[in-house]
Amino acid sequence: MTVHFKQDEPDNSNRLDRMKQGVLGKPLPRIEGLAKVTGTAPYAAEYPVENCAEGVLVTATITRGEVASIDRTSVLSMPGVIAVVDDEKMCTRAAQGTANEAPMQGPRQVCYWGQPIALVVAETFEQARDAAKHLKVEYREEQGAPLDPNAVEPEEQEDETVHQGDLAHAMAEAAHSVDVSYTTKGHASAAMEPHAAIAQWDGGKLTVHASLQMLNYNITELADALDMEEENIRLVSRFVGGGFGSKLGISEEVVAAALAAKQVGRPVRVVQSRQQVFQTVMRRSETTQRLRLAADANGKLTGFGHEALVSNLPGEDFAEPVLQSSHFMYGGENRELMLKVARIHRMTAGSVRAPGEAVGMPALEGAMDVLAEKVGIDPVELRLRNIPERDPEEGLPFSSHKLADCLKQGAEAFGWDNGPRQPRQRREGEWWIGTGMASAARVHNISETRARVTLKADGTALVETDMTDIGTGTYTILAQITGEMLGLGPKKVLVELGDTRHPRGPGSGGSWGAASIGSAVYIACKAIREELAAKVGTSEEKLDLREGKTAGGDALTDLLGGNDLAREGHYEPGDIEDDYTASGFGAFFAEVRVNHYTGETRVERMLGAFGFGRVLNAKTARSQCLGGITWSIGVALTEALEFDPRDGHLVNCDLAEYHVPVHRDVPDLDVVLVEERDGAASPIQAKGIGELGMCGGAAAIANAIYNACGARLYDYPMTPDRVLAAMPE
Amino acid sequence: MRPFQFSRAPSLSEASHQTAGDNTLAIAGGTNLLDLMKLQVETPSQLVDINRLGFADIEDTDDGGLRLGALATNTETAVHARVRADYPVLSRAILAGATQQLRNKATNGGNLCQRTRCFYFTNIDQPCNKRDPGSGCGAIDGIAKLHAILGTSDQCIATYPGDMAVALSALGATVQISGGKGERSVPVRDFHLLPGDTPWIENVLEPGEIITGIVLPAPVGGTQIYRKVRERSSYAFALVSVAAIIELTDGKFSRADLAFGGLAHKPWHDPRVGECLLGQPPSAELFEKAADILLKDAHGFGENDFKIPLTRRTLHAVLAQATEDAA
Ligand SMILES: Cc1cc2nc3c(=O)[nH]c(=O)nc-3n(C[C@H](O)[C@H](O)[C@H](O)COP(=O)(O)OP(=O)(O)OC[C@H]3O[C@@H](n4cnc5c(N)ncnc54)[C@H](O)[C@@H]3O)c2cc1C
Ligand code: SF4
Repeated sequence: MTVHFKQDEPDNSNRLDRMKQGVLGKPLPRIEGLAKVTGTAPYAAEYPVENCAEGVLVTATITRGEVASIDRTSVLSMPGVIAVVDDEKMCTRAAQGTANEAPMQGPRQVCYWGQPIALVVAETFEQARDAAKHLKVEYREEQGAPLDPNAVEPEEQEDETVHQGDLAHAMAEAAHSVDVSYTTKGHASAAMEPHAAIAQWDGGKLTVHASLQMLNYNITELADALDMEEENIRLVSRFVGGGFGSKLGISEEVVAAALAAKQVGRPVRVVQSRQQVFQTVMRRSETTQRLRLAADANGKLTGFGHEALVSNLPGEDFAEPVLQSSHFMYGGENRELMLKVARIHRMTAGSVRAPGEAVGMPALEGAMDVLAEKVGIDPVELRLRNIPERDPEEGLPFSSHKLADCLKQGAEAFGWDNGPRQPRQRREGEWWIGTGMASAARVHNISETRARVTLKADGTALVETDMTDIGTGTYTILAQITGEMLGLGPKKVLVELGDTRHPRGPGSGGSWGAASIGSAVYIACKAIREELAAKVGTSEEKLDLREGKTAGGDALTDLLGGNDLAREGHYEPGDIEDDYTASGFGAFFAEVRVNHYTGETRVERMLGAFGFGRVLNAKTARSQCLGGITWSIGVALTEALEFDPRDGHLVNCDLAEYHVPVHRDVPDLDVVLVEERDGAASPIQAKGIGELGMCGGAAAIANAIYNACGARLYDYPMTPDRVLAAMPE
Repeated sequence: MRPFQFSRAPSLSEASHQTAGDNTLAIAGGTNLLDLMKLQVETPSQLVDINRLGFADIEDTDDGGLRLGALATNTETAVHARVRADYPVLSRAILAGATQQLRNKATNGGNLCQRTRCFYFTNIDQPCNKRDPGSGCGAIDGIAKLHAILGTSDQCIATYPGDMAVALSALGATVQISGGKGERSVPVRDFHLLPGDTPWIENVLEPGEIITGIVLPAPVGGTQIYRKVRERSSYAFALVSVAAIIELTDGKFSRADLAFGGLAHKPWHDPRVGECLLGQPPSAELFEKAADILLKDAHGFGENDFKIPLTRRTLHAVLAQATEDAA
């Protein structure tokens, strides 16, 4: 039986706070943690499949043009080689998140250097890899593909454009104004587990084990790519070794494995090499951003401008949503916002770790620091003065707004000195030391979803959905929500995820997973509680359950009388989305040291205070924040995709040369979870967490660099060469 | 990866004999070679495992120096009591490289022979004169942030990426080599070559020659510093590195052995840099003069221009630190 709930009104009843089991929010370790760290949790490529052949993708060595011919004979006689697959249905790009349709197909048309054009299948991986390198391909190359985003006429994303009042006039009249440009380089998701798929056919039925974030969309994408019915496809993704956006949509290996398995009549596994993952899946676009801030003598904004240029391949709808939170972050009645996309022939740009705010907020919050200095007030105070009452563009109320609390609690916990700020005040040996802060914001996303909860006759519970756990803790929080609602210890709850045989979840992406799927589970549990309440002659609201018993001492097993009780929860975001602007907010504080001679910057300590609604598990929530702050360090200091200026290929395509922060770069981090119940965000009053931790943190570091050594940088990442170039003598 | 034959050499002479063969390479820790084989940058048809040949010891030499077996791991070398006490610059240089896991596997001989990290060298679908003579140099006019500013040629601007050899160069160590023609010793400073017109020839090893050890001279004392400037604080190759052995007597430089990493196709040792310091009291002007000498012929390729001021400043920092420590 399915229970549908569409949320049209905020729910501030705090129901979950009045449950009696007392497990929700507790810092439980991950249920699947032991299996993962002992290597017994199978990842996509590790499923034991008999008689499995190995496929390796062949990638293009031109930037734009056509595959004129593929000489199969060049490899078919090599040892172990079974087939060369270049089916027209093969995908040449990954699907964008929530695309719900096949990505670009037709491997003969080449749009970027490194694009998959064929698959070689052999008995062993090594044989396939060797043959893939040997395959002779002739191209008809088209010269002159544009590669430089600044050298083409960009397209305006009209739905992002805001012209409100007269910003130019506000700038001219302002007591203080800032007009600065920032750049950010491209980023890679850099998930540990490479993209991989094993495809098996059983007649017309296809099973694929793959590493994917959103099976609910992925099944449609795959069905569309293969021209099949969804009922004939099963996707399994029980454990995912990180996705960070790169596994939102299906990638080339999933479709290639399915087509190859059909062609060779046996299962085929395709694992992308590290270099291929970097080159063929997704990049975050580089950005060029202009920030204009006009303020009165007290630092109150009268004008706000944020324009950004990003890039993508022709034919891609996605444009890095740089301005996402800028629309409502701060006041200022005169507003000018614009997003433009340059069409260039670098690999596909798509969702990578907090698309939008991850690069938009560092620019905005850098500019706010410049403004605070001009106005001569503490940067925390500047933010506090500019928190808008309502969404400054839409006029909507905020569902809940914890920025002020985060700024204050964060400053307190960090020991922020709100005295006068001047750069170059502290030096220890070769090192300049300074502090900086920034606000955080990440729009709240939520998605329609279903989950089935079964209260078993034996008094345990089973939760089933095709939702994935990409390392965030989904298994654990669902056990906690169910345990809390049904009065069970979390060990009594079995959570089954990552299989399209189960009801459709929301997928993991945009930090909406926990709030969405948690709500469906909550709805299902509530329906089960109603049944139980009826059995003991009370109402659901009054039913207290704990440790498998009602308050009156009735055991659940007795109430169930040998039967299972199952309900499917179907959650749908309602009109409420149009009534409120919902966002997570936070504040970052950082202390850094900058070497006077070498320009090396090291973060000494960093703290983030975040309000993202209800905390479902204090440990996994905190871990999400720590991860986000770590990515902030990457954005600020180390991460940069480098593209060849002549053919647009990605040059630094491995983890040795694409620099994510390493342990030594990540010091003592601290997280303050600011209590919040956001009844308009979701029935369980939770919002997204994961991405918020990286939305602005880089600016706290940039601002600290300035405070430390007086080098004001406008280009991320702030590598030693750049810091030195800006270092005052 | 291409199919290859694998054999385990029973003796040094047999190893020499086998590696003299066409398209044959020795394998030690494999941390560099296997990666390159997977990428098909290296495509040997025969691998000769030298790991059981025995020269893995670290032992005292008659003149008070230390002999590091070519098969001793980087970790064993870095933590060796005498290396730490008498040659701290070497210990620090090794520990500044790679990761603990890699250093546990990497050998001293393999470390000397590690190949460049040039992005175009490691991508077989790009031109590279080092990997594919005559195909052109992808890095010139490409992404060359990591590349050389000294001793480049119009054929190749790659750097030697390692750290250990930079310290060995400052220490004046010697490489012991065994091969078909017998044994020979080559100063580390002469072991690596500049690219010139033959960038694929990176060091003096002839086919069939195997490194058996590295000999460190008797300890020289002094203040020993290894400074590695990098984009993240671990697990990154040097933008610039400096190995320095400095001694002051009566307030004047009496020893200044300096070598530099990240600047050239080899650990860079220019005797004039140290010489200009000798007999002089430390001063900012003197450090600048040393940097002037070092960087006189330096030129960048756009993206790596920053290495020139960075090297100057890093040298300054190292000399300032050394003189402070020595005083
Ligand atoms: C991700 C990564 C990061 C790294 N970072 C650093 C760093 O920061 N600093 C640094 O210095 N190094 C770094 N390294 C390189 C590392 O130090 C080398 O890979 C290692 O030292 C090579 O030693 P090996 O024994 O594994 O050599 P192998 O891979 O076995 O061999 C390398 C080469 O040397 C030859 N060879 C090996 N032994 C002998 C011998 N005795 N005689 C003649 N020829 C021989 C082989 O034929 C082969 O050509 C890094 C490596 C990786 C993979
Ligand atoms: S710099 Fe040297 S190694 Fe790099 S592409 Fe040019 S020739 Fe090859």
